[in-house]
Amino acid sequence: MKTCLVVDDSRVIRKITCRILKELAFHTVEADNGEEALVLCRRNMPDVILLDWNLPHMSGVEFVRSVRAEKNGSVPVVLFCTTENDVSHISEALGAGADEYIMKPFDKSIIEAKFSEVGLM
Amino acid sequence: MMQRRAGIVLTEKKSHLVENRLGPVMRRFGFKDTASLLAELRHGHEALVQAVIEAMTTNDSAFFRDRKTFDEFRDIVLPSLLVARASTKRLSIWCAACAAGQEAYSLAMLLDDRKLLAEGWTIDLYATDINGQMIARGEEGLYSQFEVQRGLPIRRLLTCFTQEGNSWRITPHLRRMVTFRKFNLLDSFGWLPDLDVVFCRNVLMYFDQKTRLSVIDRIADILAPDGALLVGPAESVAGVGVGFTPVENAPGLFYKARPVQLLRRAG
Repeated sequence: MKTCLVVDDSRVIRKITCRILKELAFHTVEADNGEEALVLCRRNMPDVILLDWNLPHMSGVEFVRSVRAEKNGSVPVVLFCTTENDVSHISEALGAGADEYIMKPFDKSIIEAKFSEVGLM
Repeated sequence: MMQRRAGIVLTEKKSHLVENRLGPVMRRFGFKDTASLLAELRHGHEALVQAVIEAMTTNDSAFFRDRKTFDEFRDIVLPSLLVARASTKRLSIWCAACAAGQEAYSLAMLLDDRKLLAEGWTIDLYATDINGQMIARGEEGLYSQFEVQRGLPIRRLLTCFTQEGNSWRITPHLRRMVTFRKFNLLDSFGWLPDLDVVFCRNVLMYFDQKTRLSVIDRIADILAPDGALLVGPAESVAGVGVGFTPVENAPGLFYKARPVQLLRRAG
């Protein structure tokens, strides 16, 4: 079973997302900020990271750059999942090392479609 | 009426669906109940007939829906045709039930990836649907954030669309590649040229056997001898009418005649 780290400062969003991911047979781990997520990655690098843009302490983009700089940082598939839906944010995320981009609001069909795009389903 | 005008069979099992979909039509035309609407339909109120047909057709679609079908087009159908049509450099493709245009634009993207226009090819890409509202949406080429997130990789979204608020518009270059037209598959195909590829996906299943046979036979009539027909992955036209030949390990892909040589693109 693949592990997905869900990084979002909204408990409700984490709960909804994790429920969808469990239905898609993913093991889920949660973090509400980038620093905590980075600690979790260093301890055990997940297969997938679903990541909000606006996070306390460290932005989503800073987090991606930090993860990609880790020894096994190329391992996880990173998908942003955010309300920052304009082209400049999307381009910046891809430039920082994200693989895909989900624009909120989302539902299960969009997560499934995006996970298929990156070969997770 | 639905069967006669659109070839669509509505069985008793679909009565709940029918009532749900007729609700908006009843409100729009001011009917209090389905009985009065049906009575008016029998009088041949054409605008009402069109509204009911449009309400009863299924228009759910997505970019690159059933990805494997598009892989088959890109990797099996297109390479063979590019060799076979090298002297004329012309390809004619028809999306027979295009909904809001996602299928046709997905094909346009794949053709554009091959830079065929820049290499001097002429691409005739026709997209038709019985639903005029869907055709208008395809011509507009404007899709919601939800629609572009089902089937489009984010990098393709950035290169093939421009953002307009929370919506995304297909680029003019891709828009110009597709010719939209409202068209009922029960009507004559006479306006279409000889075709190299026909996409007729997830529509034959709504027709009765006689209509299905008629549509398949008429598609065969306008397909080139080495032309390909792509239907939904769960649909089959093998052994129906003139007899299309399925391609091994390519669900939904059929050739009018067994091709002498199929080229599968490397990589």
